[in-house]
Amino acid sequence: MKFTLSWLKDHLDTDASVDEIAAALTDNGLEVEEIDNMAAQLAPFKVAKVKEARQHPDADRLRVCDVITADGEIQVVCGAPNARTGMTGIFAPAGTHIPGTGVDLEVGVIRGVESAGMLCSERELMISEDHDGIIDLDDSLPIGMPAAEALGLDDPVIDIAITPNRPDALGIYGVARDLAAKGLGTLKPLNAEPVKGTFTSPISVDLKFDDPGNTPCPQFVGRYIRGVKNGPSPDWLQRRLRAIGLRPISALVDITNFVTYAYARPLHVFDAAKVHGNIHARLARPGEKLQALDGKEYELDGEMTVIADDNGPEALGGIMGGEPSGCLPETTDVFLEVAYFDPVRTAATGRKLNILSDARYRFERGIDPEFLIDGAEIGTRLILDLCGGEASHLVIAGQAPDTARSYHLRGDRMQTLGGIDVPVKEQARILTDLGFTVTEVRAGLDCAVPPWRPDVHGEADLVEEIGRIVGLDNVPNAAMDREHAIARPTLTPLQNRMIAARRALAQRGFNEAVTWSFLPAKHAELFGGGQPELKLANPISSELSDMRPSLIANLIEAAGRNIDRGFGDVGLFEVGQVYAGDKPEDETLRAAGMRRGQAIARNWTGSARAVDAFDAKADALATLAAAGAPTASLQIVQGAPDWFHPGRSGTIQLGPKNQLAWFGEVHPRVLDAMDVKGPMAAFEVVLDNIPAARNKSAARPALKASDLMAVKRDFAFIVDAEVAADKLIRAAKGADKALIAEVALFDAFTGASLGEDKKSLAIEVTLQPRDKTLTDEEIDAVAARVVDQVQKATGGTLRG
Amino acid sequence: MTDSGELTALRDELISAIDGAGDEAALEALRVSALGKKGAISERMKGLGKLDGEARKAAGQALNKLKDEVGSAIAARQADFKAAALDERLATEFVDVTLPARPEPAGTIHPVSQVWEEVVQIFADLGFSVAEGPHIETDWYNFGALNIPDDHPARQEHDTFYLNPKEDGTRMVLRTHTSPVQIRTMETTQPPIRIIAPGRTFRSDSDQTHTPMFHQVEGLVLDESTHLGHLKWCLEEFCKAFFELDEVKMRFRASHFPFTEPSMEVDIGCSWVDGQVKIGVGDDWLEILGSGMVHPNVIRAGGLDPEKIQGFAFGVGIDRIAMLKYGIPDLRAFFESDLRWLRHYGFSSLQRPNLAGGLS
Repeated sequence: MKFTLSWLKDHLDTDASVDEIAAALTDNGLEVEEIDNMAAQLAPFKVAKVKEARQHPDADRLRVCDVITADGEIQVVCGAPNARTGMTGIFAPAGTHIPGTGVDLEVGVIRGVESAGMLCSERELMISEDHDGIIDLDDSLPIGMPAAEALGLDDPVIDIAITPNRPDALGIYGVARDLAAKGLGTLKPLNAEPVKGTFTSPISVDLKFDDPGNTPCPQFVGRYIRGVKNGPSPDWLQRRLRAIGLRPISALVDITNFVTYAYARPLHVFDAAKVHGNIHARLARPGEKLQALDGKEYELDGEMTVIADDNGPEALGGIMGGEPSGCLPETTDVFLEVAYFDPVRTAATGRKLNILSDARYRFERGIDPEFLIDGAEIGTRLILDLCGGEASHLVIAGQAPDTARSYHLRGDRMQTLGGIDVPVKEQARILTDLGFTVTEVRAGLDCAVPPWRPDVHGEADLVEEIGRIVGLDNVPNAAMDREHAIARPTLTPLQNRMIAARRALAQRGFNEAVTWSFLPAKHAELFGGGQPELKLANPISSELSDMRPSLIANLIEAAGRNIDRGFGDVGLFEVGQVYAGDKPEDETLRAAGMRRGQAIARNWTGSARAVDAFDAKADALATLAAAGAPTASLQIVQGAPDWFHPGRSGTIQLGPKNQLAWFGEVHPRVLDAMDVKGPMAAFEVVLDNIPAARNKSAARPALKASDLMAVKRDFAFIVDAEVAADKLIRAAKGADKALIAEVALFDAFTGASLGEDKKSLAIEVTLQPRDKTLTDEEIDAVAARVVDQVQKATGGTLRG
Repeated sequence: MTDSGELTALRDELISAIDGAGDEAALEALRVSALGKKGAISERMKGLGKLDGEARKAAGQALNKLKDEVGSAIAARQADFKAAALDERLATEFVDVTLPARPEPAGTIHPVSQVWEEVVQIFADLGFSVAEGPHIETDWYNFGALNIPDDHPARQEHDTFYLNPKEDGTRMVLRTHTSPVQIRTMETTQPPIRIIAPGRTFRSDSDQTHTPMFHQVEGLVLDESTHLGHLKWCLEEFCKAFFELDEVKMRFRASHFPFTEPSMEVDIGCSWVDGQVKIGVGDDWLEILGSGMVHPNVIRAGGLDPEKIQGFAFGVGIDRIAMLKYGIPDLRAFFESDLRWLRHYGFSSLQRPNLAGGLS
């Protein structure tokens, strides 16, 4: 909300500077967003007089003026039609930046005549759009007077942000009250002297609601004023309204705006001649229409409050007046409306019709329900002062809603909640200045809340009131206790897994991405998502419409964008949540990555290699290992969800019911649908599915290192092509669990020489003797068992 | 027969021949001719048996001495040949060491993750554990329990994303802040409570400085005596630790949030140098967080008694403080996954924030 310093001083007796006031406002919770100080902006511009204006010798439209400035006489060439000898204007010397044109003024020669400054128009000073001529001021103004002062613009404009809990600060009077409590001056008494009515209003007011105890408009104060003369409002009023960004319209309209801003008390003035019969407040009839003052027609429903006459709605309660009964220059008799409208209903109506108005802004936050009569008196007096006329007695329908309430503030509560010791007397002083009625009771205060503070509902609010006036900056810092001398670990196992997975993947060369939690429906469906309960009702765009069922989709998309920028080798990962449903347990934390292009970049050693499913497998296993999965027990089975290549993908699991990860090449059809060029290898690990570590002890089991040399033997088997290598390895391992320490597969080969549908798998078996060196016979016996076990399990034979 | 004069001559002859041997083969021939079975020294050794007594002893000693001397000379000459041969081979072996090393891609950690860990480190030292909650929330947890009733104007300001309505007319929301975790924590934990809750949040807002998804960290302390002074201390200590400054200028302004009372917004002092913000000094202010004492209605909604339990809560934008600390200009770029950006603003996997080594 904007206001000017002089307007504030109507209500606050203060010598404080603008800067002091701004600091106090911000401190109080009325944050200053901007101070527009024209005096500073227009500092180089000063009043000057034209001693002589004569025709330019070489240009019909130009004049040469001798200007008397505070710094002596200066010659200026001027193109304004109104430049004349003896006039008083605003002068800018050479070197001045002209805000309206953006030009830095220089001494110049115009058609052979020197010009060392400028007589300015209003547009050049950016104070209006007027550029018909130069500014023509009252001749009594002294040479050298700052332009802002001469133009009446030396009144700083302060713009403050008002939080939704402070409707009282939506009026300048309320702001003044807050500053007075802060100690920045004295709040001037409110002048709401009753205007004596001389006749009975010919228009009466009725509140037509079914439940008189709970009405959208509990009270309506009106007044008939006859014989007014509407026209432009006086300069002082127009200047104030302009300063805060409002357009002056006519005296009657300007008065309603003035009272809205000065007292947070919206008024409405009907042209009484256009009111048919009496006025009543009621709910609209569905389908009724209103031509509003913003020039638009609105269709109303049965939840909206209207002010109507016998013809129908004339105004939307608390939001906007109607055009047919609006005031015009020729208006002579008016009916003033000062009513209270229910905030919730006003807000709902405003939202439904999408009308933003100064009235709605205040009503929906809550205006002072006990300020109707005062508001009517203030409005009436302004109308009589500015437009003349004669006022009726007040018309009062209904009663102000009862908002009286009181809370006890314990004397030590400022300290125990607010953290600052404020003497009870000072607490009482502050609350009293803010309008609370305070009684000292026991070791504390009973505080009756003023009607303009709908936000105060308990002791904590009273602490806030005192705290903000005392200044939160003044609350002394208090160290928190340490529960333990040395901090204990605080992360959960899942959080540790998340960090470990992330660091492991970055270590493997991936760049971590953070992508949206949403994706287009089309992509969601490709990855098993798209369920109706996971669709946004109000997505920001169709590209962000569904909650993601997998991390891989957005990574592929991101890879696509990088490929388009010329980065063909991409490795991206993300650790984040995916959504299988809308319940908390449907969210899982996953780590996923995708590689595309060369796993090893092209280089002079010639080891470049394109990514494949085994890169993804290694990534998945490394992630699982980093995250603490029991790597020795993991099973790897062929096949993965639909978005993977059906033949080149696998699942890592602990039994069929606990799938921990998937890896493989991304299905070409998926890449095609997403319009991203592959091939790509991807994996996704479900971090939630990793079982908790069993052994919590930090101690390691004893090291069992044998001093005896291990023995290695190689075997090559020919097996059917469909035999899983893993099966062969497990069979070999099983041949002697005590002796065989490791089985490593070092060659896999298919070729015509092996026969149709056959392959060769070669393994190196490491035998680790424990207590004595193995004899050749013992080694041969184990080797025979290996061959035997492999044959039993896979049908494989030793390659000759 | 083996007088000392003859032995001296033999010695001189052999040593001279060893020194003059041109290659290893010549040296080997010399060795055989001197020390081989039929070599000059070996033959003389055989002849010792014909001598007697003292003469045999003296001649034996002289011959053995000669044998050792010649053997050492041959070994030394052999070592010379080996060293020379190695030098010769090495002289032909050469690589251009300016060729690049084999490529090893260096990955990066996203600034959001890095700052997540930094924040967690700091608060862990104060005994805060990390709590979490779902992104898809009920209206109650996101609004109602946080003292934001249906008709509250703050609800409109939150630009909420809603999911499709269910059959019963209710609809889930994407949490607009991390504050629902306050309630979820109160429901499962008895005070004293000290948690932070970092995570994703969502608002239907997208422009130069807003993205529909962003990250917040919530803080919550509940016990019987924590007051606003503790909150200020906690926030100031956090800012000093996070921005790694000895002193940081801060401003605490009264404000309003439905879920705290009293409420305050916190600004941090800064200055602008060449379009880059410098935190902690200067005459400008940057708003960095909202905070306050937990509203009694919120404590009640969490199932605790506000007559006995009190404390503070705060919310900080993780992306925002990451931008401030690391001089990252554009929020939107956080979520664009542009490799150039990820590599430039990302962190090494080994750079794990910790208090002992320093956060950054």
